Amino acid sequence: MAKNVHNDYKMKFSVDEEYPDLSLHNNHMAKVLTKEMYSKLRSKSTPSGFTLDDCIQTGVDNPGHPFIMTVGCVAGDEESYEVFKDLFDPIISDRHGGYKPTDKHKTDLNFENLKGGDDLDPAYVLSSRVRTGRSIKGYTLPPHNSRAERRMVEKLSIEALATLDGEFKGKYYPLNGMTDAEQDQLINDHFLFDKPVSPLLLAAGMARDWPDARGIWHNESKSFLVWVNEEDHLRVISMEKGGNMKEVFRRFCVGLNKIEEIFKKHNHGFMWNEHLGFVLTCPSNLGTGLRGGVHVKLPKLSTHPKFEEILTRLRLQKRGTGGVDTASVGGIFDISNADRLGSSEVQQVQLVVDGVKLMVEMEKKLEKGESIDGMIPAQK
Amino acid sequence: RGRPDEQALTFRRSKMTTSFTKMLSGRNTAMLLASLGAGTMATAYLMTDSNTVSAEQRRKLYPPSADFPDLRKHNNCMAHALTPAIYAKLRDKVTPNNWTLDQCIQTGVDNPGHPFIKTVGMVAGDEESYEVFADIFDPVIKDRHNGYDPRTMKHPTDLDASKITNGVFDEKYVLSSRVRTGRSIRGLSLPPCCSRSERREVERVAVQALAGLKGDLAGRYYSLGDMTEKEQQQLIDDHFLFDKPVSPLLTCAFMARDWPDGRGIWHNNEKTFLIWINEEDHTRVISMEKGGNMKRVFERFCRGLQQVEKLIKERGWEFMWNEHLGYILTCPSNLGTGLRAGVHVKLPNLSRDNRFGKILENLRLQKRGTGGVDTAATGDTFDISNNDRLGKSEVELVQLVIDGVNYLIECEKKLERGQDIKVPAPIGQFRK
Repeated sequence: MAKNVHNDYKMKFSVDEEYPDLSLHNNHMAKVLTKEMYSKLRSKSTPSGFTLDDCIQTGVDNPGHPFIMTVGCVAGDEESYEVFKDLFDPIISDRHGGYKPTDKHKTDLNFENLKGGDDLDPAYVLSSRVRTGRSIKGYTLPPHNSRAERRMVEKLSIEALATLDGEFKGKYYPLNGMTDAEQDQLINDHFLFDKPVSPLLLAAGMARDWPDARGIWHNESKSFLVWVNEEDHLRVISMEKGGNMKEVFRRFCVGLNKIEEIFKKHNHGFMWNEHLGFVLTCPSNLGTGLRGGVHVKLPKLSTHPKFEEILTRLRLQKRGTGGVDTASVGGIFDISNADRLGSSEVQQVQLVVDGVKLMVEMEKKLEKGESIDGMIPAQK
Repeated sequence: RGRPDEQALTFRRSKMTTSFTKMLSGRNTAMLLASLGAGTMATAYLMTDSNTVSAEQRRKLYPPSADFPDLRKHNNCMAHALTPAIYAKLRDKVTPNNWTLDQCIQTGVDNPGHPFIKTVGMVAGDEESYEVFADIFDPVIKDRHNGYDPRTMKHPTDLDASKITNGVFDEKYVLSSRVRTGRSIRGLSLPPCCSRSERREVERVAVQALAGLKGDLAGRYYSLGDMTEKEQQQLIDDHFLFDKPVSPLLTCAFMARDWPDGRGIWHNNEKTFLIWINEEDHTRVISMEKGGNMKRVFERFCRGLQQVEKLIKERGWEFMWNEHLGYILTCPSNLGTGLRAGVHVKLPNLSRDNRFGKILENLRLQKRGTGGVDTAATGDTFDISNNDRLGKSEVELVQLVIDGVNYLIECEKKLERGQDIKVPAPIGQFRK
């Protein structure tokens, strides 16, 4: 966390000498980072010593895929989004549907504002899940943090989670210290996260010192789960089998609010501002950081020629049941909200609830051999 | 495509000379001390800046003990040498390039190691790392290099190939011969630390020098990012192409950043002299040929190295070297000569003899599969090379390999004839 002398030393080389070769690249960072922008930003550093080169290393090392547009940069701390505004603002706009530097983001974690969501047909909707991330103010983020900082985040998290009770009473399992039996159980419950293998994360320095200060906390009923020090300080997950998204979201909101209260009491609230909402490591997760989704059986609808268009109009995205970058198995898809920034948690989960309900009805119609042309929704 | 434009290079070089001269003169004291291998902490800097949290405040908030890595499950040289006291002393120091202890050891923290193989577990970011962090590098060097003490001992450099004797092997047994080493360009930081411009400068310096080689050493350069598919396929067929590292030992040491920018392969037209640029070191130099003429391989190796050194000196550059550590390379395991001389040799009978391991050990040789380090031997052909790098000269090590391989071939012949073999006495480790 000292002044970055190496960055100052690099100033002696010309911009031409240092500017990365992005000619084969297809990610958001490569699209916006001109030589002029590089020249303007390269001498800057956040108070904790994070530089432009640190932000973009993952995007330089991972040219991207011709069909998938990755972000290509990360924040090392809360201040990154301010110090490197010129880089992050156009990327945020591109990634989040034209979100402007002057826009304000609305946070709404009042579960009572969600309409419906308790009547998704369990014959089709196999499971429901809502996740988000939280960063703890005053500590740098996973690409940049030292071992000491990461351990403090873990310590604070354990203390906070230990005070939860009732439906939220639970236990913490540090990655480095769980027994074989505990590890097997966590794997069977699909709770265990492992050292990242994705080069997107590795090149951003997020796997350093693994598994030091990483761990998993979950409540006794295994319906509320927190990941500590994976890609963000905290990842918070509420889930259960079946289609009662209303209940999943209630538990999500109640749990999050309880945790936030405890952190605030210790003067370490969550990183949040009225422009970017919740501040997380990857710009793609700004705003709500929320991905609310279901595993749903749509064998017929998924092969319908209008499937992609329906998803786009409903502001939803599909993934395989293994998560991002996996293929679907047996016609079962992971369907979740596409948006993160510019709409609230309630609004995003509402889209999922309404959209999935509609798609299940379409599936039923297709099963009966009927057309769904009349049901295609307008763009939300 | 491989030959850079001489005029443009000269112009750029003269511009870079000015900026580099400025930088070099600014760090003259540090470099001078580094090149003498001086045992002082004069090259260490404690950074403070009024814009950021002061060093004192930071130390109070996060004392070194809070940052000390958890090495309980680790089995590498760094983990065995690093104590909380050493960590506390070195954590807040930086080299002139801002390289820190944490950056040196990251690869060893992230890779606990294998229960049977002891990896080094740390790298240097620049020449000064070995001095600024001597309190940890010295014991690691001692551990890895059989007790060699950089504080008191001197490393001999000898690239006079005429001294080699009996350097032509029986080709019934030896299929190929090879010598490799690495060289770093003084004044530019090493692959874990270097910026893109430094890496590109290494490429320019090396490629420009190699363009000056003549006769049997004349050749051309293939930049990894710019080669055609046809060139790429040819290099693969010749077994010359190196690819982006996948080993976590290297990726955790930040050596794959910006791939493939600034990386490339140079080889002579005869395909017997090959240089890798900006892979794990600034340069890796390889001399090789089919068959058993190790003397000729080493002769070409020395000649090539000496000519490249002369060519870079003409332009004001030199290799990183000092009299205690020899040639300075990224990994402490490659200090000294950085030399691995080896053969692919068929030893069907000897390899089945249960004394094989002991014979190799006493001859100070190691065996690898023919795919290189970490591969298993296929069939009866082994890669046999020297164990040691530091404390013995290039000539001594190559002679050791020659004598050792000749001995192994004699053993093989004896076993073929049904005669018994003897385990030789162990070879001493350092020149007396």
